[in-house]
Amino acid sequence: MIQVDDTDFAILRLLTQDAGQGAGAIGRACGLSQPAAWRRIRRLRDAGIVGGQRLVLDAEALGFGVTVFLGVKLATKGRVSLEDFERAVSAIPEVQTVEHVLGLYDYRLRVVARDLPDFERVLRRRIMTLPGAGEVEANVLLSEERRPGPLE
Amino acid sequence: MICPILVKIMLDDVDRRILRQWQADPSLAPGELAQRARVSVGQLARRQARLREAGVVRGVAAVIDWTALGYAVEVSLRVTLDKTQGTAFDDFLAEAREIPEVIEIQTFLGRVDVRLSVIARDMAHYQHLYRSRILTLPHIADIEALMHVARIKSDPALPL
Repeated sequence: MIQVDDTDFAILRLLTQDAGQGAGAIGRACGLSQPAAWRRIRRLRDAGIVGGQRLVLDAEALGFGVTVFLGVKLATKGRVSLEDFERAVSAIPEVQTVEHVLGLYDYRLRVVARDLPDFERVLRRRIMTLPGAGEVEANVLLSEERRPGPLE
Repeated sequence: MICPILVKIMLDDVDRRILRQWQADPSLAPGELAQRARVSVGQLARRQARLREAGVVRGVAAVIDWTALGYAVEVSLRVTLDKTQGTAFDDFLAEAREIPEVIEIQTFLGRVDVRLSVIARDMAHYQHLYRSRILTLPHIADIEALMHVARIKSDPALPL
């Protein structure tokens, strides 16, 4: 693991706001020369700290009005392999994230749909029919905010 | 008085093609993206500008890999609030925002009211955060923890 200092944290904060900024702009904002900023960005990328980029879309403007989080418990542990379940659930386009968790549920899914009838279709036809899917709990997302995290 | 109304732009097949390819890999150079979306570079630039202006595309953000920064533990805390207090949501959210290790705050309609994503360096650090910062948040009626084991799929892409 590499050492990161306050300047690196400042660079990370800027990149999470707009990954398209060049090293020149980042440098000016952090009081670094363009080459110095470029070297630091490169170092953070190489260390895997900047994991990738995400296109931030307005889901609602694109007609996806409903996001639901599902807690899924596997019904027949041992009989159905986790890999089968994971492969099948990952192949559903409306399922954006699949997390294997410990606790009340085995998996946590983020599902996006156009509206509630569309969500019901996905739930009945795709989720409930997954190999090994047991109890499912649904919570409809009302609001969401990403925080900058401990970048101090 | 003129009310600002969000104009919903109509997307055509070209827009959808661009968005599909763009969200699949936001780091692509314009030339490569134009080729994959089967448009000219000039057309791509115009469409991208239009999508940004309409607010459909809010931007491109870098994703931080917290494990690479030494945060090995991630926990989902599902919180039920004491809704007999009228300001329960606002009070809780305002204080949760003050905790740097909270990287995501979501509110729900359902059995759970609020979910916090909390990261920690290790279990001892998590235990400390949980006791000193989380359990001291106002109006908590119940709290459940889901510990992340693995991220199987993480694709913020929309099925366009």
